Amino acid sequence: MDAAVPLFHVEGVSKRYGGVRALEEADLSVYSGRVHAILGENGAGKSTLIKVMAGVVAPDKGRMTLEGREVSFPDPAAANRAGVVCIFQELSLIPDLSVADNIVISNPPKRFGLIDRRAQRRMAEEALARAGGEDIHPMTPVKDLPLSRRQIVEIAKALARQPRILILDEATSALTAADVTKVFAVLKRLRSEGLALLYISHRMHEIAEIADECTVFRNGRNVATYRAGTKTDNEVVEMMIGREYSHVFPPKPAAVPSDKPPILEVRNLSWTQRLRDISLVARPGEVVGLGGLDGQGQRELLLALFGVLKGVSGEMLIDGKPAPISSPRVAKSRKFGMALIPEDRKTEGLMLPMAVRANLSFAALDRLSSCGVIDRPAESASVQDMIKLLAIRTDGVDIPVGSLSGGNQQKVVIAKWLMVTPRIILLNDPTRGIDVGTKQEIYQLLRKLADSGAAIIFYSTDYDELIGCCNRVLVLYDGAVKRTLVEEEITERALIASALNIAADQGDAGIRPAVSA
Amino acid sequence: MRDWRYRFAEQRGTPLAVAIFLVMFVIYVSNHPAGFTANVVQTAANKGVILAFVAMAQTFVVLTAGIDLSVGMIFILTNCLGSYIVTGSMGTAALGVIGVLVVGLVCGALNGLIVIYGRLQPIVTTIATGSIYYGIALWLRPQPGSSDDFNSDIADFMTSQLPGGIPMSLVALFVIVLVVWLPFRRSEVGRAVYATGSSEVGAYMSGVPIRRAKFAAYTLSGLLSAVGGLYFTFITYSGVASFADGGTYTLYSIAAVVLGGVSLFGGVGSAVGAIFGALAFRTIGDLIFVFDLEPLWQTLFQGIVLLLAVCIGSARLFQVRNRLELFT
Repeated sequence: MDAAVPLFHVEGVSKRYGGVRALEEADLSVYSGRVHAILGENGAGKSTLIKVMAGVVAPDKGRMTLEGREVSFPDPAAANRAGVVCIFQELSLIPDLSVADNIVISNPPKRFGLIDRRAQRRMAEEALARAGGEDIHPMTPVKDLPLSRRQIVEIAKALARQPRILILDEATSALTAADVTKVFAVLKRLRSEGLALLYISHRMHEIAEIADECTVFRNGRNVATYRAGTKTDNEVVEMMIGREYSHVFPPKPAAVPSDKPPILEVRNLSWTQRLRDISLVARPGEVVGLGGLDGQGQRELLLALFGVLKGVSGEMLIDGKPAPISSPRVAKSRKFGMALIPEDRKTEGLMLPMAVRANLSFAALDRLSSCGVIDRPAESASVQDMIKLLAIRTDGVDIPVGSLSGGNQQKVVIAKWLMVTPRIILLNDPTRGIDVGTKQEIYQLLRKLADSGAAIIFYSTDYDELIGCCNRVLVLYDGAVKRTLVEEEITERALIASALNIAADQGDAGIRPAVSA
Repeated sequence: MRDWRYRFAEQRGTPLAVAIFLVMFVIYVSNHPAGFTANVVQTAANKGVILAFVAMAQTFVVLTAGIDLSVGMIFILTNCLGSYIVTGSMGTAALGVIGVLVVGLVCGALNGLIVIYGRLQPIVTTIATGSIYYGIALWLRPQPGSSDDFNSDIADFMTSQLPGGIPMSLVALFVIVLVVWLPFRRSEVGRAVYATGSSEVGAYMSGVPIRRAKFAAYTLSGLLSAVGGLYFTFITYSGVASFADGGTYTLYSIAAVVLGGVSLFGGVGSAVGAIFGALAFRTIGDLIFVFDLEPLWQTLFQGIVLLLAVCIGSARLFQVRNRLELFT
């Protein structure tokens, strides 16, 4: 780039985990007053690199310099003291402590040796305001906040530490579009204040908006560094995956005729204040999308269908017959054949320390056992089939699933549910934080499942996915369906407008009037 | 107004423990032949504070999501030691008191060091160290007894009635809460204890001093166990290495902590709740006495009350409309 001295410089850093090379002679220079984006598939070494920079893991080899002086960080606290603060993908908040407690956690204000609660409150409010979270009460316990608010708290917490280098690892993955705009305004201000920002994201348009320079990682090495805006999206993606990038979304087949009997029909479903009078129909071969801003009841709708919520009113029919689904166990039974791919694979989808084999067969154990004894050969055969079908990259079936990369973990979650051959597949934002290559495989799989006669209900926070995958999209707002977009009506403009519950695009063809609340 | 509500929600367990204690204590005194007199209160307080101190000790460790099975044994060891060194004049007896507390502190610190640097599970570590502490106690006092020049004045004072009928033991408990618990709750290390118990990974990632937090928790646990042991000496004027007592106090301390709303998963609860949990648990035994039932029934009733109380504590689960919240 130019001759300026980098604020932070990483040189020849290598790191191995067991036999896996996570980083291989990686270099990176970070400058004050710039946003540096890091791109790469999951498993490309981005996460390991920032863990090294933030003192979470020690590198096997290589050196780091801060303003020309060599540094090493034995733990995250040491990195923080040097001004390197990282917002991790896995949130580092303490669930039982309040927002304010969390924001000041590494260095609470003290008076006479004790924590000064009034000063803490003030610091927390300031930090929240800087991070665009004025609506969050500083005394709320973090565990009571939704994911997107927690991420704002996480950013506020980082800012309260007065960083010189701020690393954001997928920090916006749980944020709504409105929140991202706010956060970007904050980041741009920090950049003008002279901070060095390191930005890791899978969302290309975010990188295009904020980055000054970009570095692409592949297989643990930095393969290219370039000034933002000098490469096209296709070129960048090609550098990331090292292969031709085309046809992200498989072609959609002709629309399913509306007289075809639905597998799933829901009438007037309501639950507390969160879901209001939702009706929907899903026919075999259809991918029905759920759109809208994050937290408008999409997650609750999926949970309600899957029998997780109590006190749901309304009617639910499967194959035209009433389906009293009172628990996930009933939902997945042969009679109903439902599957739910959950939002948080680490807690709801996988038993991380258990083997890949065990994780894959959990949902289908009743089918793989006779008289309560698991038929090991049958289990192995189905497990192998699934690994092949989804191209799960794993060192055998007996290693803990926690040691796979994020994308492969998500494939295991999906494969686990395919083992029960479901007819109704509910997906809750299944591609969040997953690399492009795996996303593409998941889209193709969804289409294949639909073509083989399954009905798919697909919630995604990524509008491109809804546009590329869905036959119909129900846009939710405040727990109710505000609008249904069909086939070519599904455009980014229509999705955004109806998500915000505004009628900005009434001029478009085929718009149904928004139902007023 | 909103702040007040948040603060109350944070302490949800404590008012419940207070309520359970009050209900049982009212039943107790209203059926007691002597009624609500200073002597009745004094006797109840003296018995109650011992478990209250041990429950406080347990609270520190449970808050870190650990468990300390050696509290009862430190309690017994310091009880035996107290019967040896709280002797002579007021001055030497006071030195003895300090000595006993230091021994408790050292026992707790040892637990902490093993858990932190040996990276052993707290439950195994404290079973092992507890056995060692009990062994030392057995060596000190295989039979009940005390030194000939045991300072019974200090013992009498610490268990006496102050003017107005206020039991000294309750004042001591109050003072300990004031000088140990309240500063702990507002100190950086105290917050680190809560953070470690709530999410150790999150605490590490946030640069929280986890080791210091655990060390403080175990050390304070040892200290508070020693305060309990000392009080046992004051009340009985003697020490004895009773394995049964050690085990009972350990288990009851866990029961008291749970009654007091401290989460065994760590990160939630307060020592004040645990104290009232301990007092409530103790009162159950007294109820057996006033209703003139077989003492054999005492443990049975304690078990039932503990179960009922825990049920009340989890009654909110019936209101949960999203079943996923049952598991968090």
